[in-house]
Amino acid sequence: MTGHAPAKRPNQLFRNLNSKIASIPMILIAMGIFLGGSLWTILYSFTNSKLLPRLSFVGLDQYERLWSTSRWIISIQNLAIYGILSLIFSLVIGFLLAALMDQKIRFENAFRTIFLYPFALSFIVTGLVWQWILNPEFGIQGIVRSLGFENFTFDPLYNPDIVIYGILIAGLWQGTGLVMCLMLAGLRGIDEDIWKAARVDGIPMWRTYLFIVIPMMRPVFITTLVIIASGIVKVYDLVVAQTSGGPGNASEVPAKYVYDYMFQAQNLGQGFAASTMMLLTVAIIIIPWAYLEFGGKKRG
Amino acid sequence: MANISTLNTTGAGFDAVAADVSGPRGRRPKRVLSRRNIILYGVLSIAALYYLLPLYVMVVTSLKGMPEIRMGNIFSPPMEITFEPWVKAWAEACTGLNCDGLSRGFWNSVQILVPSVVVSIFVASVSGYSLANWRFKGSELFFSILIIGAFIPYQVMIYPVVIALRELGVYGTLTGLVIVHTIFGMPILTLLFRNYFASLPVELFKAARIDGAGFWQIYLRIMLPMSLPIFVVAMILQVTGIWNDFLFGVVFTRPDTYPMTVQLNNIVNSVQGVKEYNVNMAATLLTGAIPLIVYFVSGRLFVRGIAAGAVKG
Amino acid sequence: MTNSVSIRDLSLSFGAVNVLRNLDLEVRDGEFLVLLGSSGCGKSTLLNCIAGLLEPTDGQIFIKGKNVTWEEPKDRGIGMVFQSYALYPQMTVEKNLSFGLRVAGVPKDDIDRRIARASEILQIEPLLKRKPAELSGGQRQRVAIGRALVRDVDVFLFDEPLSNLDAKLRSELRVEIKRLHHSLKNTMIYVTHDQIEALTLADRIAIMKSGVIQQLDDPMTIYNRPVNLFVAGFIGSPSMNFLHGELVEEGGKTVFKTHGVSFSLDGYEAANPLVAGRKVVLGLRPEHIHVDSDVPGIEKHEAVVDLEEPMGADNLLWLKHAGHTMSVRIGGARRYAPATRLQLSFDMELASLFDAETEERI
Repeated sequence: MTGHAPAKRPNQLFRNLNSKIASIPMILIAMGIFLGGSLWTILYSFTNSKLLPRLSFVGLDQYERLWSTSRWIISIQNLAIYGILSLIFSLVIGFLLAALMDQKIRFENAFRTIFLYPFALSFIVTGLVWQWILNPEFGIQGIVRSLGFENFTFDPLYNPDIVIYGILIAGLWQGTGLVMCLMLAGLRGIDEDIWKAARVDGIPMWRTYLFIVIPMMRPVFITTLVIIASGIVKVYDLVVAQTSGGPGNASEVPAKYVYDYMFQAQNLGQGFAASTMMLLTVAIIIIPWAYLEFGGKKRG
Repeated sequence: MANISTLNTTGAGFDAVAADVSGPRGRRPKRVLSRRNIILYGVLSIAALYYLLPLYVMVVTSLKGMPEIRMGNIFSPPMEITFEPWVKAWAEACTGLNCDGLSRGFWNSVQILVPSVVVSIFVASVSGYSLANWRFKGSELFFSILIIGAFIPYQVMIYPVVIALRELGVYGTLTGLVIVHTIFGMPILTLLFRNYFASLPVELFKAARIDGAGFWQIYLRIMLPMSLPIFVVAMILQVTGIWNDFLFGVVFTRPDTYPMTVQLNNIVNSVQGVKEYNVNMAATLLTGAIPLIVYFVSGRLFVRGIAAGAVKG
Repeated sequence: MTNSVSIRDLSLSFGAVNVLRNLDLEVRDGEFLVLLGSSGCGKSTLLNCIAGLLEPTDGQIFIKGKNVTWEEPKDRGIGMVFQSYALYPQMTVEKNLSFGLRVAGVPKDDIDRRIARASEILQIEPLLKRKPAELSGGQRQRVAIGRALVRDVDVFLFDEPLSNLDAKLRSELRVEIKRLHHSLKNTMIYVTHDQIEALTLADRIAIMKSGVIQQLDDPMTIYNRPVNLFVAGFIGSPSMNFLHGELVEEGGKTVFKTHGVSFSLDGYEAANPLVAGRKVVLGLRPEHIHVDSDVPGIEKHEAVVDLEEPMGADNLLWLKHAGHTMSVRIGGARRYAPATRLQLSFDMELASLFDAETEERI
């Protein structure tokens, strides 16, 4: 009853041993793939690796070449147009649909099912359907022309100037349902009493939305924004299916550039540099958000 | 209606000074066709039409013969329904040298899907359970890195994974692809399970420990039976996610093991031969069928899954 | 008498927060000990340490003379009943009771025998095949106790087991737990924030604040002779009246004086000499102040009724006197309208006197 330390003090390493064993895959993935893999790619982006990764450093050569390649410039421009428009439209449409859905309507489930089903489909399927609908001969342009408007032109997938908008239409069709769902969840999270108070005070509904509800939903908007944005940077399959980057290379995007250089053109260095630029883009989006979201909480 | 109620109240003996008996009384009459309702349901219906249109176009196109497609427009219903395109898409469409249709890709996808779903959910649920109930020094740090990893574009990590799999001798094999799906499914699934297990009453876990149950016993006998809904949610996420994957399929499989999405893209976007739009649409529908079925069957759970995965991510 | 649970110099900190500080506690064999305190005082943390669910930063825990500081919960000979009952929802009552035994690999017929015994004691035989969701709050509570019972443990730990129940059921189960303790005679350690539960159930009460035990005594001592201002104010409802003043010499005696009014301290048993000039707090419980007493020869003070709160059996008067507001408990039948003048007298034997600075009992 006296001894201060019985001999079997468990070794700290073996405490929760099963838990540690069970976490090995997580630790390997987090450290080995996510952290290690990213650092590896960044490191090799400073080399002149071609067919195989080689550690012969060439400084910023790959980046200089990247930014002087017109295909990369087009990719970045496309990503910017697609990204900004897709953010604006999906947030606006998503919120409007959610606000309409929140009016205690009948058939809410049916409407939600319809708005969300495209999200269950792959980008490949999405891209191929819209490729068909936007087909100038048989699709929308063909139909409007057959109605007598002979000069009607709507062939985004065959016009280098507007091809990215054709992809945008398909992207919005696939993704707005998700935004609507997130917004609706946010709206449902708003205290019922807010609505009662606004009604008693005689504030019109649109004003309540604009000046009370939307500011209250700031966290939902920010989270949605981050989700859409990080998805946009990855956009790849949609372009491959809908246009294969064409006509010419008018609808190229960075993710496709990376893939093509890594696995088709056997120019790994370029692929690594381009993917590091993608990482940088995501970091610019994520870091301020993570700082706001989590930095504040720790202090509080 | 208003008249009748007024008549009834006159005899009810109200003090006419205190209560305005002829005024509004009872439930306010509702008009079904108010301006608000017309606008509300009008807008929703037009939006619904827009979302349904591509599905409709796919179906009608896939049921038409090629001559009819060349004649008419894509929205018109088929004059003569034919299932020929479906048969061709399933069994005869060509990719490269193979002409045995999408069926090959379908079975490849099934072979990829089943082990990937099982392994990724098992690994992630155990990690989530460990994070929720058995924290150790550093476990939260690893988890944070994992979650940050969810935002890193796959393109950044994909080549190191190729090298790792090649070193392990599983590059291009089914095992390799299962590992890849497990890796990239980890962040979202671990988060899902961790949050779920953390939401269960911690006293249950304490009670089980006092009863003498260890790590695996608590997981198998206490946590698992209480967590069936979240496992279903995870399955929905993974089945649709893995079935719809294209990038990993292209990078990590060989042509004879291509999953359905890759094969579909190759069929539709192949440059040789005459474009058979009806076959293409039938093939597209076939590829979309599995996630669509999952979606329509699971309904609210699907929504819960993406909401849980997205809002908290 | 042997001690059932001994805690030596126990400390626990989460980062910079010290939840338990150098805590010592001896629980006697067969004793019903209540850990009482408001939320955040460390009482549940202490219980979790005893159970082995939390690791102390320093110190030792002995159960039945065995150092269990680093033992697994299952090896400590303890059973625990939780606030939310923590019954496994997917298992029947029977499976809930037997889970620990099955994990330990106890033979089937032994399990059956133990369950039969426990369910008889707790009168839950008809419930054995049901799931927890089909039970009432009181029934769940009994099953939760049964889970500890079947494992034949030395020490029962209760973590606020009645806090989730409504008032009526709470008082019923309180009686049942007391009866159970009388028949089982196990050591029981019971955490609560409810002083009524503490006073009615405990053999001894340990009152905790900021990770330190303030006083460990039997209920009546705690009630009548609190060791410091905190304990005095924590126990009792409505709480003790505190009069802030000082000790002065008056007519050869030391008296308590506040706002020009003197209180004779005749009958007060001081542990330390009463030194004139010391700033002190005089504590008087509402029922230790008498109104219009007819006992002759005792000191009487005149006061004015401010407000009356009738509570049925009792009547609570709020009075203004000597610069303080005081509450006085009198019989429910005696009514006084506001502004009534009346005579007060005080039970100095049951009063408490605290140093204003150290807040310790004098």
